Amino acid sequence: MNKYITFILISMLIVFFYQLSACNSNVDIKKAQYTVNGQKLYVQHCQNCHGSKGEGLGKLYPPLTDDNYFKENRALLSGIVKNGMRGEIIVNGEKYNQEMPANKQLTVVDIAYILTYITTNFGKSDVIYSTEEVIENLKNHNQL
Amino acid sequence: MKINILVSSLFLGLIAVSCQSKDQKLPIIGEKEIITRQENGVTITDSVYPKIPSFQFLNQDSTYISDKDFDNKIYVANFFFTHCPSICPTMQRNLLQAYEKYKGDDRISFLSHSIDFKYDQPSVLKSYADRLGVDNNQWQFVTGSKAEIYGIADNYLVYAKEDSTVAGGYDHTGYLVLIDHEKHIRGAYDGTNDEQTQQMLKDIEILLQEYKK
Repeated sequence: MNKYITFILISMLIVFFYQLSACNSNVDIKKAQYTVNGQKLYVQHCQNCHGSKGEGLGKLYPPLTDDNYFKENRALLSGIVKNGMRGEIIVNGEKYNQEMPANKQLTVVDIAYILTYITTNFGKSDVIYSTEEVIENLKNHNQL
Repeated sequence: MKINILVSSLFLGLIAVSCQSKDQKLPIIGEKEIITRQENGVTITDSVYPKIPSFQFLNQDSTYISDKDFDNKIYVANFFFTHCPSICPTMQRNLLQAYEKYKGDDRISFLSHSIDFKYDQPSVLKSYADRLGVDNNQWQFVTGSKAEIYGIADNYLVYAKEDSTVAGGYDHTGYLVLIDHEKHIRGAYDGTNDEQTQQMLKDIEILLQEYKK
C-alpha cells in the first residue's frame, strides 16, 4: 500500500515539473519566434560564407562564434548586417580582412531576427535582439 | 542441416556483395560518338566519349600549368571567383573537405578556374588559396583569357557567363566535375549540396580503384 502511494506521489511530481517547464513565458515564445525566423533568413543570406554552424571558412570568412566580439560590438552589428563591412577585424584571435557585401534589402525586422539567431545560437546571449535595438543602432550610426 | 544452408547462403550473399562493390564503375558522362574504322579488312566500331581538351592556364604562383600536370591523376575541377557572394563559398567549403581528406595523396588533384578574368590575377588567387587553407600545389587556382576559361567551362559541361544582372557580375553553376586519367568526365556533383558532396567523396574512391596497381 505504501509503495502505491509513493508511486502516485512521484507521478504527480513528474507531471507538476513537466507542466512547469512547458509553461513558457511570453518572452520565451517571442524569442523562439525570432530564432526560427532568424534561422530561415540566415540560411538565405549568411550561410554561404559563414557556414551552417557559424564556423566561417578558413581565414576568408570569420566564424560567428566569438561571443566577446558580439558583446563588444553589439551596437554595431545591425549596421554590419545591413551595410556590410571592410577592413581588418579580429575574431577568435584570428585576423580577417575580406569585404563583406551589404544586405540592403533586409528590413529592420529581418535584421532583428537574424541577429537574435546568431547571437543566441552561435554566441552565448540569451536575450532577443529587438527591432527597437536595431533601429537605435542604425540611427546612432546614420545607417537607417 | 538447416543451419548449414543458412550459413552457406549468408556466405554466398557476402561474396555477391563484395563482388558487386569491386565491379562498381562510374559511367563516362557526355554524348558518345560512334566511329567506325577499317582494320585488316574488318569494320570496327568504337564509342568515343568527349575528353577535356589540352589547356594552359596561369596559376596562383604566376606559373603556367597545363593538362600535362594532371596526367596519371584523377582530378576535380570547378569554376568560381574570389569575391563571389552567392554559391562559391559553399562550393569551395565542400571541395575543401575533399582536399583535406586527400591532402598529400598524389593520385588526385583539384583545379579551380576563376571566371573573373578581370579581377582574379594570380596574386589575388594566391591570397585566396592561402586564406582558404590550401598550402600545397595539389589544389591549383587558375586564370586565363575570357575565351579560354569560358570555352573550357563548356568542355566540363559547366555553365559560366558574364552577367551584370546577378550578384557579383558572373553567373555560373556550382558543379564539381570528376575527371579520370583519360580526361573523361566521370561524375558531376552540385557543390552547394551536402549529399552530392558526400556522393562525390564515395565516387572518388570508386574511381581510384580503377587505377589500383
